[in-house]
Amino acid sequence: MAQVSMTVNGKAASGEVEGRTLLSSFLRDQLMLTGTHVGCDTSQCGACVVHVDGQAVKSCTMLAVEAEGADVATIEGQANADGSLNVIQQAFQDHHGLQCGFCTPGMVMSAAALLKDNPKPTETEVREYLEGNICRCTGYHNIVKAIMAASGQDVSAIAAE
Amino acid sequence: MPKDGGIGASSKRREDVRFLTGAGNYTDDINIRGQAYVHFLRSDIAHGTIKSIDTAAAARMPGVVRVFTGADFEGVGGMPCGWQVTDRHGQPMQEPAHPILAQGKVRHVGEPVAAVVADTAEQARDAAEAIVLDIDELPAVVDMKAALESGATKVHDDLNDNLCYDWGFVEENKDAVNKAFEDAAHVTSLELVNNRLVANPMEPRVAVGDYAKGTDDSTLYTTSQNPHVIRLLMGAFVLGIPEHKLRVVAPDVGGGFGTKIFHYQEEAFCTFAAKACNRPVKWTSSRTEAFISDAHGRDHVTKIELALDADNNFTAIRTETHANMGAYLSTFAPSIPTWLHGTLMAGNYKTPLIYVNVKAVFTNTVPVDAYRGAGRPEATFQLERVVDKAARELGVDPIALRRQNFITEFPYATPVAVEYDTGDYHGTMDKLEEMGDFAGFAARRSESEKNGKLRGLGVNCYIEACGIAPSNLVGQLGARAGLYESATVRVNATGGLVVMTGSHSHGQGHETSFAQVVAEMIGIDENMVEIVHGDTANTPMGMGTYGSRSIAVGGSAMVRATEKIINKAKKIASHLLEASEADIELKDGAFSVAGTDKSVAWGDVTLAAYVPHNYPLEDIEPGLEETAFYDPANFTYPSGAYACEVEVDPDTGKVTIERFAAADDFGNIINPMIVTGQVHGGIAQGIGQALLENCAYDENGQLLSASYMDYAMPRADDLPMFAVDHSSQTPCTHNPLGVKGCGEAGAIGSPPAVVNAVVDALQSAGTDVTHIDMPLSPDRVWEAMNG
Repeated sequence: MAQVSMTVNGKAASGEVEGRTLLSSFLRDQLMLTGTHVGCDTSQCGACVVHVDGQAVKSCTMLAVEAEGADVATIEGQANADGSLNVIQQAFQDHHGLQCGFCTPGMVMSAAALLKDNPKPTETEVREYLEGNICRCTGYHNIVKAIMAASGQDVSAIAAE
Repeated sequence: MPKDGGIGASSKRREDVRFLTGAGNYTDDINIRGQAYVHFLRSDIAHGTIKSIDTAAAARMPGVVRVFTGADFEGVGGMPCGWQVTDRHGQPMQEPAHPILAQGKVRHVGEPVAAVVADTAEQARDAAEAIVLDIDELPAVVDMKAALESGATKVHDDLNDNLCYDWGFVEENKDAVNKAFEDAAHVTSLELVNNRLVANPMEPRVAVGDYAKGTDDSTLYTTSQNPHVIRLLMGAFVLGIPEHKLRVVAPDVGGGFGTKIFHYQEEAFCTFAAKACNRPVKWTSSRTEAFISDAHGRDHVTKIELALDADNNFTAIRTETHANMGAYLSTFAPSIPTWLHGTLMAGNYKTPLIYVNVKAVFTNTVPVDAYRGAGRPEATFQLERVVDKAARELGVDPIALRRQNFITEFPYATPVAVEYDTGDYHGTMDKLEEMGDFAGFAARRSESEKNGKLRGLGVNCYIEACGIAPSNLVGQLGARAGLYESATVRVNATGGLVVMTGSHSHGQGHETSFAQVVAEMIGIDENMVEIVHGDTANTPMGMGTYGSRSIAVGGSAMVRATEKIINKAKKIASHLLEASEADIELKDGAFSVAGTDKSVAWGDVTLAAYVPHNYPLEDIEPGLEETAFYDPANFTYPSGAYACEVEVDPDTGKVTIERFAAADDFGNIINPMIVTGQVHGGIAQGIGQALLENCAYDENGQLLSASYMDYAMPRADDLPMFAVDHSSQTPCTHNPLGVKGCGEAGAIGSPPAVVNAVVDALQSAGTDVTHIDMPLSPDRVWEAMNG
């Protein structure tokens, strides 16, 4: 067993883990931050995306010990300081960018990473960036629309409600 | 102007806030103090005899609580099947035993053979590797037609053969149908495969069993679309626990798409083991386990023939389908290729004679059951493909041929036992032609050709039967359940309401849309209405969510219960207003006396119900809580017309979806935003079936596509934006909201549109390709063009 310490959503967090413990397991099972979801075992689905030192990372593909000393951000830390939804979260609600909600934390975290690097992505750029995030409910239409809206672009021309 | 609340408003979903902030409560988020973890040792052989299972070493591993094998379950029941189909000769289907852990033989890769319960999930997994399993491998039965040959290896030694049933529908029409084919001016026939799929909700299945020794109460937390059904099946048929000692909770569920309807072994195991070990027991499926243990969908091989007269009127349809059941009968498996498939073979057309034959076959593969659409996509695909092929053979416009044969008068009794109450098939086709800009297609095709691509346009219609179902009817058809729905409406003293529904939301947004209905009926703010679902301890017995039934059946129950509330509230109001009950009107959350300015607010009436100081106690009881059960009089029949435009790269065979339009008729709509989202998701799954997804077995029964590395899920860059419209509305005539249901339409309507479009593209290049089996992967398309 090894001791790990990191900053999660701005707060110090530490625990004892096995060498094989994944970051996703550490977040979910030890820190009880169950907003990070695990939807596959081959790093394909992206439900587990968190930010580690500002980079989007599939937390099922990183060992907890590899995050020693890192600054980790999860879905639980994304809302505004007053508890209201942040711009991306609000756009997902406004444009019905989620249904069952299971892929949603990963989608929001990936969207945040995309918009940090590319503040005004085209539809094609959004779709290509989301290649590593699978959603089974929405057909992606409203997720793409929400992310473009969150970037401040006018999405009123995109079909449907 | 769009409404800002109530029926017809695109109210934002209240459930989104918790999902967007990581505050959802999915089953895997539930951890009970002292819980142990189970890991299932699953067969990696498709068919074999278990010679021995040595668990001694595993039992000595660190943290192991107990190791279970099939021998531990000899005293309990097997997994029950909820639907008994009667064959062409009046005999019941062959129904094999379905154990919780394998007994004597293994019959598919993934079948659980042993289970290790340990202090941690890692310890359970490590110990399972120490179990020594000796299986004598037998030949695997994988191909359905080979399975029916005489002398074929039997999946179940105690059954006569691998034929579950040979079903004919309508058997009495068979001779007349054959005669119509003899008399036909033209016959179009088509053999096709409806590819096996895996539903793949993003949340894998999870079960947590808990047991309270002091009270002998068992609780199961599970990823289910219908917790009451699980409680009944598991309690009554598997473990012998009466319902009053068993609670089943399905909290936030991360998608279902059918595969979370069924009662699974892991649920029964965790409930059983929690008592046996006197500790909570948790199982979380990995994705690979999901591929080899979640019930699969589709997997039909069909020959369909369409007979036409000299004027191109459809005169008869004849089909022969082989439907894969897999190794065991999943909960509702026998009903899917029969009553949810044969009854839909009329589609949107007034074909007078139809005969459907279905042979359901056991194979050494994962059980097959309902997946989004369940039987109806299979019916629609073959019908809309054969109609398209007929149009091409006859040299007529595919839309004109469809229009010529549309049913136009309602109610319409089909020759396959159902009666459509309403529809307007020309209306949705008109809308589609407008949305799809068909007039501009030729120019778009020219543009594609300039770029070295082929362009095709595919159109189709669909009809589905939703809102399952009249209990007395399905009982006659073999259902071992009723299919009503329930709701309890509890009004609190200060005016807020809680609706406890037997329906279940796993992405559909009931918490928002159901509240819109009740708020509209009373004239109060939606935020005064709370929707509770998913827990047998606080909801009335309900059948759950599948078959696009939630608003049509569950919503109707809620309306009936709310009507009872309003009726009682009017009595209280009439007392408070000292007026005749007949003169009391409810509007905008206030009761008034007709023709006067006397009124009393909703909150004053609800308060009086619970503080009955000035109250007609001699006439009515205090309190304001009502329950209703609603059993539908008929199915509902949503319908629509879909169009797909593809580009095909002739050098690689790659198909790209360029445009997709859907014109649906769902009857009345509660929340247009949610309905549109349901259609988007259905279309994506249908395009996935048509272009990407395939559940592939090799000849030994090994599943070749058991991860997201191998099973091609649709991703964001595989799909376009969709044009969706549901302004064509012919309200259902027999439920109080006039609603039809929208959950499955997209998955039913889209596969034939895609395939019709690809065939159109290939024929535009002068090829004689008339059909390609799904998925239309680049290799298959290239092979069809060049093979």
